[in-house]
Amino acid sequence: MERIVSFVLNGSEMQLRIQDHWTLLHLLREELGLLGTKEGCGSGECGACTVLVDGMAVNSCLYLAAEIEGKTVLTIEGLALPDGTLHPIQEAFVEQGGIQCGFCSPGMILSAKALLDENPAAGEEEIKEAIAGNICRCTGYVQIIESIQSVSSRAQEKVKVVAWQADEED
Amino acid sequence: MNQFHTVGKRIPKLDAMDKATGRSQYIQDLKVPGMLYGKILYSKYPHAKIVHIDTSKAKKLPGVRGVLTGYDIPEIKFGVYKDNRPLKAGKVRSYRDEVAAVAAVDPETAEEAISLIEVTYEALPGIFDPVAAMREDAPLVHEAHKTNILKMPWKLHYGDVEEAKKKAAYIVEENFSTTWVTHCCLGASGALAWFDYADNLTIYSNTQIPSLAQKDFIDALDAMGMKNRRVRVIKPLIGGGFGSKLDTYAYEYIAILLAHHTRKPVKIVFDRQEEFIATSTRQPTLTRIAQGCDKEGKLLFRDISMILDNGAYTSWGATTPSVMMMPITTLYKVPNVRYEAKCVYTNNTYAQAMRGYGNPQATFAIESSMDMLAEAAGIDRVAFREINANESGYVSPQNFKITSCGLKECINAVVRELDMDRPKEKGEGVGMASLIHVGGGARVYKSDGCGTIIKVDDFGKVNVFTGASDMGQGADTVIAQIVAEELGLAVDDIHVIHTDTDVCPWDVGAHASRTTFVAGNSALGAAKKIKAQVLEVASKILDTPEDKLVLRDRSVCSMEDDTRTMEFGKLLRKAHFSRSGRMLMAEHFYDPANENLGRDFRGNLSMTYTFGVHGVRVKVDEETGKVKILDYVAAHDVGKAINPMLLEGQVYGGVMMGIGYALTEQILSEKGQCMNPNFRDYKILTAKDVVPMKAPVLESSDPDGPFGAKGIGEPGCVPTAPAIANAIYDAVGVRIKNLPMTPERVLAAIREKRGIDLCGIQAGKDTGDACVVEE
Ligand code: FES
Ligand code: FES
Repeated sequence: MERIVSFVLNGSEMQLRIQDHWTLLHLLREELGLLGTKEGCGSGECGACTVLVDGMAVNSCLYLAAEIEGKTVLTIEGLALPDGTLHPIQEAFVEQGGIQCGFCSPGMILSAKALLDENPAAGEEEIKEAIAGNICRCTGYVQIIESIQSVSSRAQEKVKVVAWQADEED
Repeated sequence: MNQFHTVGKRIPKLDAMDKATGRSQYIQDLKVPGMLYGKILYSKYPHAKIVHIDTSKAKKLPGVRGVLTGYDIPEIKFGVYKDNRPLKAGKVRSYRDEVAAVAAVDPETAEEAISLIEVTYEALPGIFDPVAAMREDAPLVHEAHKTNILKMPWKLHYGDVEEAKKKAAYIVEENFSTTWVTHCCLGASGALAWFDYADNLTIYSNTQIPSLAQKDFIDALDAMGMKNRRVRVIKPLIGGGFGSKLDTYAYEYIAILLAHHTRKPVKIVFDRQEEFIATSTRQPTLTRIAQGCDKEGKLLFRDISMILDNGAYTSWGATTPSVMMMPITTLYKVPNVRYEAKCVYTNNTYAQAMRGYGNPQATFAIESSMDMLAEAAGIDRVAFREINANESGYVSPQNFKITSCGLKECINAVVRELDMDRPKEKGEGVGMASLIHVGGGARVYKSDGCGTIIKVDDFGKVNVFTGASDMGQGADTVIAQIVAEELGLAVDDIHVIHTDTDVCPWDVGAHASRTTFVAGNSALGAAKKIKAQVLEVASKILDTPEDKLVLRDRSVCSMEDDTRTMEFGKLLRKAHFSRSGRMLMAEHFYDPANENLGRDFRGNLSMTYTFGVHGVRVKVDEETGKVKILDYVAAHDVGKAINPMLLEGQVYGGVMMGIGYALTEQILSEKGQCMNPNFRDYKILTAKDVVPMKAPVLESSDPDGPFGAKGIGEPGCVPTAPAIANAIYDAVGVRIKNLPMTPERVLAAIREKRGIDLCGIQAGKDTGDACVVEE
């Protein structure tokens, strides 16, 4: 079965004809060529395919494309500002060794964003909890957690994080 | 002390920005026009005759462009022992045996076509236990081989172990075992192959050995009747390696065969289940170890025999004893050593290299036994290790020459950082274990070399073409730092190309923690040659003697006259655009002066050795057997940390992999079948399992390393399991001898010690009911 869905993808409104059985991951990667979202298992066990739907981290390999009707989707490609400025979480991952092979990174970064949008000053345990569904074989998670913490610990200063919330809040 | 401007700095990985923004392309992301999707049909039996294969239905399916079986292809043999074929004919020897393959216009069609292939098998008795497989009457996995025991005589005896046994004041003897674990690279395996009109092959593949893979594929083309063709291996970004990509695999040859058959590009990418089932594991081992020391605690001998489950085919796993020899002969000073290992064919999955290459298995037995011997001798465990610790200048019985050696410093660092002597609560224990690993290359192949070409452009930017392979560990960045340091440039000025055999020089591969040392030295050599050229032209242009010039801040400057300075790019343009102009290029091939192991396995395998000590504090729940890690310290002597941030990343990642190996990870294999091919049932650690970890780095400045550096890619996961086992013993007095140390195993050991059997019945209070416990 086919249907047409309307949704907002990385800030742009979209209208697309889709097949009912497509997953959101399939839609993003195969139909829209947004290859930043990775597939590590295809069955909801690794988090590599994490994207944000209405601000919530979801495994796009399990999420049906048909369900994005009227929703807002953010993928890794839409996270940096259009001028290329990295989101503070991206910057922290780059600067603090949160990335090795990088296969888990898009999903990991988006899970972290979902957490910090909700709880900007998240502590270590909350961070671990939030990324528990994102598997990383390379880093041992230590520098990933440190990367996220380096952003959450500056929540009070309202550093650059504000810039990314401005759109959504204003 | 030298002041470095890039070496020693926490410089972000060069490709991190692309990876953080979703721009990076892995094999999963590659598509080329006209590309077909390949899919493999695996065996339904662990050991069976192939009676008949009917591919007619699959061939008729619309969208299918090619179907191949083992009967359609030429005799391509691959693997360390050349005992494997891309598609099997005659019989299958394990569940992961490739029986047929399909190329189709989309993955769904390929999948459907696979399901339409009908194979008739005649089951044969399987053999899954390596000990049973060694018996005379055991079914043969390879009939032509006549026995299941591989003809690889891993056997050494230095000194006189029997004599030493007589002299020893204390002797301990014990059996240890380890099981299958797997790499779990988040980016699964894959390859994309195509031929040009003249049958030259281009293959994109996830590989850690582009140069050796190129040779394997040239051999395959030869076997296919295409002599003298060019093979170009291109490495996309790799989603983790850890040794899994150190060999060529059936799926790569199948992609090549399908591409040739269909005259189209063919891509094969594994799904997660396939990645678990059809890629190779770490080598499982059964180890018997005896060690003895004199009254003062000096080690007198080490005597080890081992049986390794090779699985159905032979990859590098079968050669891990060559690396196990290193800790066996050289971890601590042991004058008399005997070691014998037998690799045995079974109908299980076949093993490969995995981070540490046998060292974790051997070190598990050695370091567990060290604690046992210390206890038997009544000597403190730490003191016992200090008594026997290696030192600079030591030459081991295997002729390993220890140059820089920070083992004692690492022991001290662990004692201090872990606060080992502080009082413990009930159920709490501390343990330590040391490691030695090759840190300056490892001459396992005819060459241990790596080439580098450097090309400098008109704008002061530098292209470095290296044989090294980066799979995320940061080889690209370390090489850029080394070149930038030498040329007075910033890391951003350096572009490291490590992906393409058409442009990159030869390298033996990303293994043995050798890249920083070997590729680093190679890059440094090439950079020095470029520097000499720069100084030569600058001397003329700036009218200053070469020895009065320095390269710094992207410029060439006179040390004595500030006005005689020229920006790097400008200088290069001046050199280029003049009469008889020149462009600066240099190449350097570095092959370390290490030695292949000789007939008696003696030989200085590596230019230098990395040492480390891990310490851990655990709490064991005596009711559940659960082991909780309270603190972890991993101290390493790395020579020099070229990039402390990336180095810590290697240690943290290695330790977490090691903790998984110690406590949770195992392929559950039932009669050769992987019962847990997914992340739900194969327990890889998550962020919630991260333990408080410190990674003190000791810099002994190695005389042969680039800027003093030694390799550190693998050590993090080497002594993890024995450190934890020793801590468990310290905590609750039970010695766990089999990995992984699951709560069930720990609990069973605690109960056995207390004299309670697994049904909770105390010994001597027999109720008459049978106790049946399922493993
Ligand atoms: S690919 Fe979706 S969770 Fe692994
Ligand atoms: S960086 Fe490789 S899986 Fe996370």
